[in-house]
Amino acid sequence: MSAYPAVVNSSLPGPQDITRTVLPNGITVLARSNFNSQSVVISGYLQSGSIFDPAGKLGLANFTSLVLMRGTARRTFQQIYDELESVGASLGFNASVHNTGFGGRCLAEDLPMLLSLLSESLQQPVFPPADVERVRAQLLTRLAMRDQDTGDVADLAFEKEIFGDHPYGCPEDGNPETVRPITRDELADFHRRHYGPRGMVVAVVGAVSGDQAVDLVHQALGSWENTDQEPYPPLPEIKPLAATVRRHIPLPGKFQTDLVMGTIGPRRSSPHFHAASLGNSVLGQFGMMGRIGDVVREQSGLAYYASTSLNAWIDAGSWEISAGVNPANLQKAIDLILSELRKFVENGVSQEELKDSQTNFIGRLPLSLESNSGVANALLNIERFELGLDYYQRYADLISAVTPEMVLEAARAFIDPDKLAIISCGPEG
Amino acid sequence: MSESILQTTLSNGLKVQLKEIHTAPIISHWVWYRVGSRDEAPGLTGISHWVEHMQFKGTPKLPAGILDKAISRDGGFWNAFTYLDWTTFFETMPADKIDLALELESDRMFNCLYDPQEVESERTVIISEREGGENEPLFRLGEAVQSAAIRQHPYHHEVIGEKEDLRKITREDLYQHYRRYYLPNNAVLCLAGDFDTQKMLNRIEAVYGGLPAGQPGPHPQIQEPAHEAEERLVITGEGETTFLQVAYPAPAASHPDFFAYTLLDSLLAGPSGLNMFGGGGISNKTSRLYRALVEKELAVAVSGGLQATIDPFLYTATLTIHPARRFEEALQAFDDEIRRLQDEPITRAEIIRAAKQARAMFAYGSENITNQAFWLGYAEMFDHYEWFLNYVARLEQVTPEQVQRIAQTYLQPVRRVVGVYLPEKGASE
Repeated sequence: MSAYPAVVNSSLPGPQDITRTVLPNGITVLARSNFNSQSVVISGYLQSGSIFDPAGKLGLANFTSLVLMRGTARRTFQQIYDELESVGASLGFNASVHNTGFGGRCLAEDLPMLLSLLSESLQQPVFPPADVERVRAQLLTRLAMRDQDTGDVADLAFEKEIFGDHPYGCPEDGNPETVRPITRDELADFHRRHYGPRGMVVAVVGAVSGDQAVDLVHQALGSWENTDQEPYPPLPEIKPLAATVRRHIPLPGKFQTDLVMGTIGPRRSSPHFHAASLGNSVLGQFGMMGRIGDVVREQSGLAYYASTSLNAWIDAGSWEISAGVNPANLQKAIDLILSELRKFVENGVSQEELKDSQTNFIGRLPLSLESNSGVANALLNIERFELGLDYYQRYADLISAVTPEMVLEAARAFIDPDKLAIISCGPEG
Repeated sequence: MSESILQTTLSNGLKVQLKEIHTAPIISHWVWYRVGSRDEAPGLTGISHWVEHMQFKGTPKLPAGILDKAISRDGGFWNAFTYLDWTTFFETMPADKIDLALELESDRMFNCLYDPQEVESERTVIISEREGGENEPLFRLGEAVQSAAIRQHPYHHEVIGEKEDLRKITREDLYQHYRRYYLPNNAVLCLAGDFDTQKMLNRIEAVYGGLPAGQPGPHPQIQEPAHEAEERLVITGEGETTFLQVAYPAPAASHPDFFAYTLLDSLLAGPSGLNMFGGGGISNKTSRLYRALVEKELAVAVSGGLQATIDPFLYTATLTIHPARRFEEALQAFDDEIRRLQDEPITRAEIIRAAKQARAMFAYGSENITNQAFWLGYAEMFDHYEWFLNYVARLEQVTPEQVQRIAQTYLQPVRRVVGVYLPEKGASE
């Protein structure tokens, strides 16, 4: 293995410098110190994602998360933000499919304040009716803008196509017709039934010791209980596409077409995950966006961007190619991408291509972990996907162990060039 | 902001700034050129940005496709940006691989090929980038406001350039622009990260020292005449959302008024940080415009933009209008807030608060070595590194009277442009 870059394990987070504690009420606290800067990041999640959105009320989880800081039993909206902004701190919530996430940052001296605002927002939000309406108007405006954004529209249609009625196929921020009827009481009810300490994770990274971080979280959130907190519902099965679906969504007044095509990808716990990630890198990431970037952008000048991404979540994933092209070049771009996909599933990747991506994955790890938020993300990944505290120290070995055969197997397990969702959004076709 | 750095100039005029940071095994390397859209003649708008793209297309020694693979293979990342006054290229690499960055940047300062075929394929890529922008209502509005607010100075046009120019610019135009401005004595080289300053300086001398100085192309000497009457413009397009943008004149970044103006922007629309990587900003929910417009349900979002530039540019306030309101109502409330700044001096406490916010954002930005290297060169492009070092102190020194005078002199209705994006069904037909 001497051909691979040597990574100094001690600079990567591991059991020796990650503090992990589960509080008696079920909250997992992860912490890692960094005294190089005076700042601290907090980041984490609860089990109250859009997975709980009723069919006609898509966006309920997200709407709830956005009203948490609009007023608590102790403070008004302006008082909350005055505390935060006066010291240059930030805190915010949003919902994904499985979780409500939160994130904030401050100078180390202000960490107790930040944690107490987090705790108050989670435990004592009062959902003031006037604020609910203000947030609704902001949400509806954002949705109207989203529905005019060619990239967003193509993405949403793509996810619907491959995931159907599974929550992965539904927008977390909902749709105008599902957000409009949500009532203030439904937000409060969602909060009561789904927000609680069970399954909650908090990462604290920055100029604070691990023990102190745990103590501060314990003081802020250790006494929280919610006996009404509901377990996750069962998820519908995801059925693979039986044949290619090609759809163009016209948006008048646009000049460029956004293209999203692809299929279902591995879940994060899939044994194919690392091989698929490396294959994806060769296909549409490495260098100037891999083989696809090279053919579509560099050689043909067809697009401003063309790349692939592999998104692996808990229950499934997506493997997608996206590009922004002039409408006249759309079909040409699709054809080029299809031919690259065929080559990919027929021949896989060469030993040399694979090694390039392996050294890239291993070499860039320290870069992704230099900032507090980068480390906090890593800690949450470890927890969310049960990777083990030593995951980042084992990472180089895991990546180096992937062979071209494993990549080919992963490619064939997920990509069938005759069974893709191909969605475009732009001017009338 | 008091850490020591090494500042020196090589005999060929290349300015060098080095800062040792030993928090992670990473080095970030930046070359800044004093050329941007400010230096473009009519008919050649967008040429600086296009030249930046061509710099990635290879030299005889390092052909296209080799470099991006070499950077990625080592786990690094690179990119480039073109702005009004400057163009910059950076690589962030594992510390033991940084030599590649030195070699490639010194090579492409002189030896890029500008292959005619590559020029043609990049033409489509850049027009596609522009069309991606044209899909966005705020790009169209911003472009219209900027060109109405600045009539004679080259800041009149967007960095991306006018589409008709992008169709006509030739390989010769590009090559000449490259040769005219890409010279060691028109550049600043900045490195931050895990190195020994003296050893790094020796290496820089060896790699860059032999490059010949030249006579850099001229910069414009155009003084933009002041507007004498308010101008209003309306753009129509698809969608449901109305946007309002108000542009006032702003001084050069080196002008004594600039910091008081920055403070005014911070109070009016919320603080903006100088972080390009990591850190991000903080919310603006206690800013005067947010309280007067968003809390009063006249708008759903507000933002302010003051750019640090060589020549006087613009201060813009951008409002996303509440779906149930007309833009005239929001504009009236906006004007009331401007009048308040003109009539009543702000308090000392507001100044101290803004300085603390700035200090916190600098702490966030300093977690990231790429961002620290960015800071080394950024202020050199429109003033000096000291501008950056003294940023927080100069904010603290601002007086209430200065802010009031800025509001009275710069924020006059007769000196502004008011632009509106009005959604209209079928506008594009």
